[in-house]
Amino acid sequence: MPEGKYLFFLGCVIPYRVPSYEISARKVCEKLDIQLVEMPEFNCCGLPLDPVNHDMMLALAARNLCLAERVGLPIVTLCNGCAGTLRKVNRRLKSDKGLKEKVNCYLKEIGMEFKGTTEAKHFIQVLAEDIGLEKLKKIVQKPFEKLQVAEHYGCHLLRPLKEIGFENPEDPKVLKKLIEITGAKCLDYADETECCGATIVGINSEIPLMLTREKLHRVKEAGAQALITICPSCHLMFDTNQPRIERKFGEKIDLPVLHYPQLLALTVGINPEDLALKEHKIDASEKIVLFC
Amino acid sequence: MEASTEVVKPIRLDARFRHEIMGEPGGETLKVCFQCGTCTSGCPIARFSRSYRPRQIIQMTQLGMRSKVLSSDTLWLCAACYTCTDRCPQDVEVASVLRVLRNLAVKEGFMPSIYKEMANNVLGTGYAYKITDMRLRKREEFKLPPLPKANLKDLAKLAKITKFTKITET
Repeated sequence: MPEGKYLFFLGCVIPYRVPSYEISARKVCEKLDIQLVEMPEFNCCGLPLDPVNHDMMLALAARNLCLAERVGLPIVTLCNGCAGTLRKVNRRLKSDKGLKEKVNCYLKEIGMEFKGTTEAKHFIQVLAEDIGLEKLKKIVQKPFEKLQVAEHYGCHLLRPLKEIGFENPEDPKVLKKLIEITGAKCLDYADETECCGATIVGINSEIPLMLTREKLHRVKEAGAQALITICPSCHLMFDTNQPRIERKFGEKIDLPVLHYPQLLALTVGINPEDLALKEHKIDASEKIVLFC
Repeated sequence: MEASTEVVKPIRLDARFRHEIMGEPGGETLKVCFQCGTCTSGCPIARFSRSYRPRQIIQMTQLGMRSKVLSSDTLWLCAACYTCTDRCPQDVEVASVLRVLRNLAVKEGFMPSIYKEMANNVLGTGYAYKITDMRLRKREEFKLPPLPKANLKDLAKLAKITKFTKITET
């Protein structure tokens, strides 16, 4: 497969509500010569429908993988849910012959066949594995000097380990390393790898808000000036819903939440104005930009 | 002491239920659960919910409490974070067993309304969420490429063959 060229799987949550993530990631890609090829006719990765119909989830994910096989490019996505689902289904279809036959029966209806010739990656995997930390370090022009942040990894890029095949979900390190090349210090806090609860917001909105609130408090108590996310759904919970949490619990949290590409962009000479920071509920444009 | 006059009602159990679940892909490991409770103790949702206990759902399934499990609202509180699956000392795929139970609950007519909405969104637009015109205009303002249009014919065919279409009809 050609180096530095990927089929860009946008997913649903980003166009629905989180444009700042797409905008900043595209800027970072331009800077790093990562070529994003648009992906016509893609569909929902399938994850939101898994609870009601597992086979439809498999069919939706497999169709996306087939589109990538046709153009001969690996998939890159910014969303943990999409990355996890596409990776999981890709791996399962490659290793489970019976399942592959079943899914190919479905795909036959639309004139497609899963062959097993593509890969699906999350954007941070492309940065850490394909570009590499050494190369990234070299393009950091203005590292942060006094910024302390914390990371929220999210679930679906890590769990279940057996099916995703990336990092140890109990102690993941890649995002921390990516953060530290920007000069920012990445702090530890309790239950770092715990879920934000976003997937059940449509069923019960109280519990996810409590989970998110607890995490925001822990991050602040650790002394972080911002939280770094790599998933649009997690970002919705921590940033978009933060004013809701503040109102509901009668407290001020005021913790900026940045997508990882925004943090990186600020140190590689990309204009902060081009990162859509003003789209966030908690304004990071002054607080964080001042540090670089 | 007088004898109690209260009638003890037997719980209706379905001995085939566990086999029904174990026969579905993802449900196989139900049989090896020895009820240690690691799943519930590590579950982020269980910490904040009074009712959601994955260990309990697994036990009720093993015992054969079919209608109670399938009609239960708490079945839908799993966030699918897979912490339980990764930590289970018996390698029970807890989250997958719960998914099998949910899929079956849907077939029996139990489904939270949010899923019907998402199903209609996917079949009507290709996206799970309704992306408004305002969002599309904003994409233009930000000079983002136009949002790709889905192949709705393909999606309708996949929905039909996987029996997904039924969800939108109920």
